[in-house]
Amino acid sequence: MEKWSRFNIASVVLGFGFLYLPIVLLVIFSFNESKLVTVWAGFSTKWYSQLWHNQGLLDAAWVTIRVGLLSATCATVLGTLAALALVRYSRFRGRVLFSGMVYAPLVMPEVITGLSLLLLFVAIGFDRGFWTITLAHITFTMCFVAVVVQSRLLSFDQSIEEAALDLGATPVRTFFAITLPVIAPAVFSGWVLAFTLSLDDLVISSFTTGPGATTLPMKIYSQVRLGVTPEINAICTILIGIVALGVVVASIVTKRREVQRERDERAAIAAIG
Amino acid sequence: MMKSLGSIRRSFAPWADPASKPFISVRNVTKKFGDFTAVDDLSLNIYTREFFALLGASGCGKSTLLRMLAGFEQPTSGEIILDGQNLAGIPPYRRPVNMMFQSYALFPHMTVENNIAFGLKQDGMPKADIAERVAQMLKLVKLEKFSQRKPHQLSGGQRQRVALARSLAKRPKVLLLDEPLGALDKKLREETQFELMDLQQELGLTFVIVTHDQEEAMTMADRIAVMSHGKVVQVATPAEIYEAPNSRFVADFIGDVNLFDGTVTSAEGGSVRIETTGGIPLRMASAEKPANGAKAAVAIRPEKIRISRQPPAHAPINAAEGEIWDIGYLGDMTVFHVRLKDGKVVKASALNAVRAVEDPLGYDQQVWVSFGEDAGVVLKD
Amino acid sequence: MAKLSSALASRLVIIVPYAWLLFFFLIPFFIVLRISLSQTTVAMPPYTPVFDLAGGLAGILDKVREFSVDNYVWLTEDALYFNAYVSSLVIASISTILTLLIGYPIAYGMAKAPPAIRPTLLMMVILPFWTSFLIRVYAWIAILKPEGLLNQFLIAIGVIDQPLIILNTNSAIYIGIVYSYLPFMVLPIYSALEKMDHSLIEAAQDLGCTPIRAFWRVTFPLSLPGVVAGCLLVFIPAVGEFVIPDLLGGSETLMIGKTLWSEFNSNRDWPVSSAVAIILLMILVVPIVYFQNVQAKADSEGR
Repeated sequence: MEKWSRFNIASVVLGFGFLYLPIVLLVIFSFNESKLVTVWAGFSTKWYSQLWHNQGLLDAAWVTIRVGLLSATCATVLGTLAALALVRYSRFRGRVLFSGMVYAPLVMPEVITGLSLLLLFVAIGFDRGFWTITLAHITFTMCFVAVVVQSRLLSFDQSIEEAALDLGATPVRTFFAITLPVIAPAVFSGWVLAFTLSLDDLVISSFTTGPGATTLPMKIYSQVRLGVTPEINAICTILIGIVALGVVVASIVTKRREVQRERDERAAIAAIG
Repeated sequence: MMKSLGSIRRSFAPWADPASKPFISVRNVTKKFGDFTAVDDLSLNIYTREFFALLGASGCGKSTLLRMLAGFEQPTSGEIILDGQNLAGIPPYRRPVNMMFQSYALFPHMTVENNIAFGLKQDGMPKADIAERVAQMLKLVKLEKFSQRKPHQLSGGQRQRVALARSLAKRPKVLLLDEPLGALDKKLREETQFELMDLQQELGLTFVIVTHDQEEAMTMADRIAVMSHGKVVQVATPAEIYEAPNSRFVADFIGDVNLFDGTVTSAEGGSVRIETTGGIPLRMASAEKPANGAKAAVAIRPEKIRISRQPPAHAPINAAEGEIWDIGYLGDMTVFHVRLKDGKVVKASALNAVRAVEDPLGYDQQVWVSFGEDAGVVLKD
Repeated sequence: MAKLSSALASRLVIIVPYAWLLFFFLIPFFIVLRISLSQTTVAMPPYTPVFDLAGGLAGILDKVREFSVDNYVWLTEDALYFNAYVSSLVIASISTILTLLIGYPIAYGMAKAPPAIRPTLLMMVILPFWTSFLIRVYAWIAILKPEGLLNQFLIAIGVIDQPLIILNTNSAIYIGIVYSYLPFMVLPIYSALEKMDHSLIEAAQDLGCTPIRAFWRVTFPLSLPGVVAGCLLVFIPAVGEFVIPDLLGGSETLMIGKTLWSEFNSNRDWPVSSAVAIILLMILVVPIVYFQNVQAKADSEGR
């Protein structure tokens, strides 16, 4: 094995510095006493306590969470179905169009997706608000779920499904008894991805929203346009903290499971000897 | 007392009895994948309690045939009859056959016990009966202590036995085995071969095994179907396949062989004379009488070729002079490559019956290779 | 009965997501196209009705006759739009190249890292992707402002004595795009490099290649699928980017995503913004189809 050269270490360290420094600065200045986010004037948590009195912000957060939970759940069901269709059925009418529609939203500029969905809702006379945002989020996040689940399905040993059929389980039963439990981790990470994408989205939400449904990113955006304040830094820090906590917990759980698994395998090998 | 395997085997030959009815009948089955024909107008009969092997190189259609028996593929044309029932249109989960997969296909999220019980649960068997059957199967494959383990907590050999127990738990009429020993190391594979044979006798089941390993097929099977390009080339017992191959392909595919091409010069009184392209006159015992001038080949196994420093008494018939080109010492025997005058290389093997030979044959020595009239098989081209 | 339900279930697996995407993804594009061909009216919604089925076939034909390409003509007459398209493509291209130049060494360094820490590095690249895009762009405002942290730092160490004007210029957009899209570039390149068998490099060196030549002759060509995927993942969304030019680029910058947004939200001219979207889509159709082929190819190889 070749050694990790200085050049390689330097690129990784600098790259990660670039990725993390802005976020770290943002977090630091959320604790700034002064109203300026560029001059340090002492430690304070006053911006955080102010957040609790900002009713508009809390309402927006509540809308965002509800949209996120609902859309991520629906997107996970639809995305998993789409992944199954792509992996399991190599031939059906319109498959090319279908795979195109699954991949295109991954790169489609949000302004186009947002505008087209808005015009759809207007054309069918759907009142815009919470539900239209949710439908729009389901549509673009289900494609991300599909890609995540699809890659798991591709590495999946299909003979275990055949074994279940062979042992007398109908296809529907095979799916619930065998396939779903095995791909569950991928389905779950698909859900988490859909949820965070929904939490983050500004452009599509702005296009498809109606009166009374303001999401947190929309709220943040309208405040950012007025200027940079430590209060926004504080909201951002809370959001970053939630995401970081989730990712760290998830990775610790996976790591533990892996360690357990390795230990089991070692025990199995020892048992033979 | 259990009858010894040998005494059962010796008398077991339902295929030779015109009165016996086949258990599985494959009739003119063709399977196409797009333009590719995987199985080509294939017909086969397999009998109750037979250990039947489908042998061939990868891509010969043997696995496709097995998957059609299991119901994962539907024949493009032709039919498969199992115990009097036409299997057309019957999905895998309604067929009285079970399969053991090459990858074992154990359910990773279930314990050994639940893996074995899976098929029984699908049949809606009462819980107590399931528990009893599972215990029985665990005992059969000697995994009683491992019932609560998950597949990843088992060794390769143990996984293989779980897969076997799972596929046998429903007491299928036929057990299909897709390269069941492919993932095991050589030693374990040889042990398991005999275990499988004993198990098959004990349970009285019909086994159909797919393998690319000729030794495995020869060891275990009552009969072997040698397959190539979607067709069966020969169906016969292991001894017949080895000693009396019906074609150049089979002779060449099974074991090592020397093939002498030539022209028939005369055929009478149960023996055929052939002049090889290298000019060696051959005389072979043969029941058939090919016409004079017909193209033919003689296949002779290396262990049936003798090497001597002096010409044999019957020279020049069935004998040729050459020099030793290569020597391979394998322990139990030694393989010689002898280069004849015309450049043809003949393989001959000699058993190392004693530990040390005085004056052994060495490289570049001039020797004679020779063989008896019953050593080879005449193959028509 | 069970057989019937199984057959039905396998149909539903395809039909449900298919129908969803048709209705919520494909059909809306046709509506956009239809509206881009209609006249602006003052009424709310600000365009004439899409389809009026009450009029029957003749009614539809009448509507078709009313189609007008006025909005497209308008787009070509106003240099603003043309410039916005061109500048979007230029900005996206430059940003993609910069992202590649920065992302490749990071991916390479990660792939060469000791296997034990690779999963951690991978997680660290993905982590910023989980945090809000808006937040990450916002974080740069405080850094790039004339009195911001970068200028304070550079003045403090004496590199400059006058603050650099970065915010509200194209440079700020480049920084924003590179920063936001870096994980999209690093991940596919990393996975291509990580899959690569190290003995290939050893073989190349054994056959007389210097390490640098071995990189260009063996490593780089083998990582090309990752490079292509990464570039497309950055380029396509960057062309239509709205948040970055809006927050970092200031009022002077021309990018089509921003133009579309303001045409729609400020001018409330739906037909013109639809036409803008249709042209943007036509520009992006080639790279999007190419991206889909790359994806489909990767899938069939994974099979």
